[in-house]
Amino acid sequence: MALQDIRQRSGYLFLAVVLAQIILISAQVNSRTGVPVLESVTFGLFAEVQRSASAAVSSVRHLWGGYIGLRHAKAENEELKRQLADAQIQLQEQRALADRSRSLEQLLQLRNNSDVQTVAAEIIGDAAAPDFRTMTIDKGTNDGLRPDMAVIAPAGVVGRVVVPSGRAAKVQLLIDRNAAAGALIARSRAQGVVVGEGDERLRLEYVSEVADVVTGDLVVTSGIDGIFPKGFVIGRIESVEKASGMYKRIVVKPAVDFRSLEEVLVVLTPSPAREAEGRTE
Amino acid sequence: MRAAAVIAAVAIALALQTTLARFLVRGVVGVDLVLVVVVYVALMAGSVSGLLTGAVAGLMQDIVTRVPSSIIGIGGLAKTIVGFLAGVVGTQFIVAQPLPRFVVFFSATVLHAVIFMGLYVLLDLRHFGTPVAAVGGQALGNALVGVVAFQVAELLPGAVERRRAQRSQFRR
Repeated sequence: MALQDIRQRSGYLFLAVVLAQIILISAQVNSRTGVPVLESVTFGLFAEVQRSASAAVSSVRHLWGGYIGLRHAKAENEELKRQLADAQIQLQEQRALADRSRSLEQLLQLRNNSDVQTVAAEIIGDAAAPDFRTMTIDKGTNDGLRPDMAVIAPAGVVGRVVVPSGRAAKVQLLIDRNAAAGALIARSRAQGVVVGEGDERLRLEYVSEVADVVTGDLVVTSGIDGIFPKGFVIGRIESVEKASGMYKRIVVKPAVDFRSLEEVLVVLTPSPAREAEGRTE
Repeated sequence: MRAAAVIAAVAIALALQTTLARFLVRGVVGVDLVLVVVVYVALMAGSVSGLLTGAVAGLMQDIVTRVPSSIIGIGGLAKTIVGFLAGVVGTQFIVAQPLPRFVVFFSATVLHAVIFMGLYVLLDLRHFGTPVAAVGGQALGNALVGVVAFQVAELLPGAVERRRAQRSQFRR
């Protein structure tokens, strides 16, 4: 049966026998390098197998390394993201600290430059209702604060203390509808009263129609209200209009950005007017 | 049984070749008795028997004729190819007459020489000059021996039978 199969497949047998003898010949014939052809060919083939195996292993290792590296990279990426987030937070903290330091430095400079005695306070709260423009500071009667004490910032006037408690105080901002302060035009010395509008603008009232007021004039406190010391910046004239009556309609843009306030100074020294009032009483 | 007979024939051919080689090589006509046996077996038994006989006989011949510059396997390869092709010819064509057999033996010898010498030349192991006359002579010799062998093998059984019949008539 097997012999019959062999006979039916004589071609394969022929090729096998021929191949075997070629191998036999190759084992005896030296190549140009002096190495037997069989050894050379076998080594060459085996080297190719080794090269392929090495390439396969290298690919697998590379792939595995890439996978592991990718996983490590992912973990590293997450770690770096976390570090970056931390660094950004720290940067913000440092920036805030720097801003606060700058702000405090400005406050300190303001305090040193002014003749009034002040206490620095940090804003810890805002108004409970949008119709009221107030804020809460972290200093109260324990720190010497009393009602109607002026609250200022490096940029200008902020408001006045309305409700002090032991360790905190409510400050009415100058832009509140019920707030007002004596003012004058720094250039022309024209006097008037600054009144809050409830928004980010002030209204300068009681300025004579003949008064020399132009847009851009600096408005400062006049000190006649007995609350705000004289000469503190309120803002600049934004618009001047003729009104039907005796006075001009003047809009003032406050010097203080009330939305970005963080620290303020509370003026402990009473203004000369208030001092005079006290003496009169 | 047939394989044993083939091996025996190859062995005898090798023995004769080695013992008669000095006469044959120095003579005008060279004969490769082993090749004759291979072609004979191929024509008689087919390509598989031919290639197996060629492989075995060629390897044995290579081993026996081993010299420093020779390669074991070249003769085997040549005889394997020749045995296979001779077997194919024997199965595809009617090779029952002396002339076709002569052509087959002659062609097989030329092919064998081409492969054998070609491989040696190709491997730069041995140079044969211009072997046309030698190859032609060997092909002629192999063809003659082969045809005679066929005739003898075919006629021998009948002659023996006739001889026996004549002897039996004398006794009566």
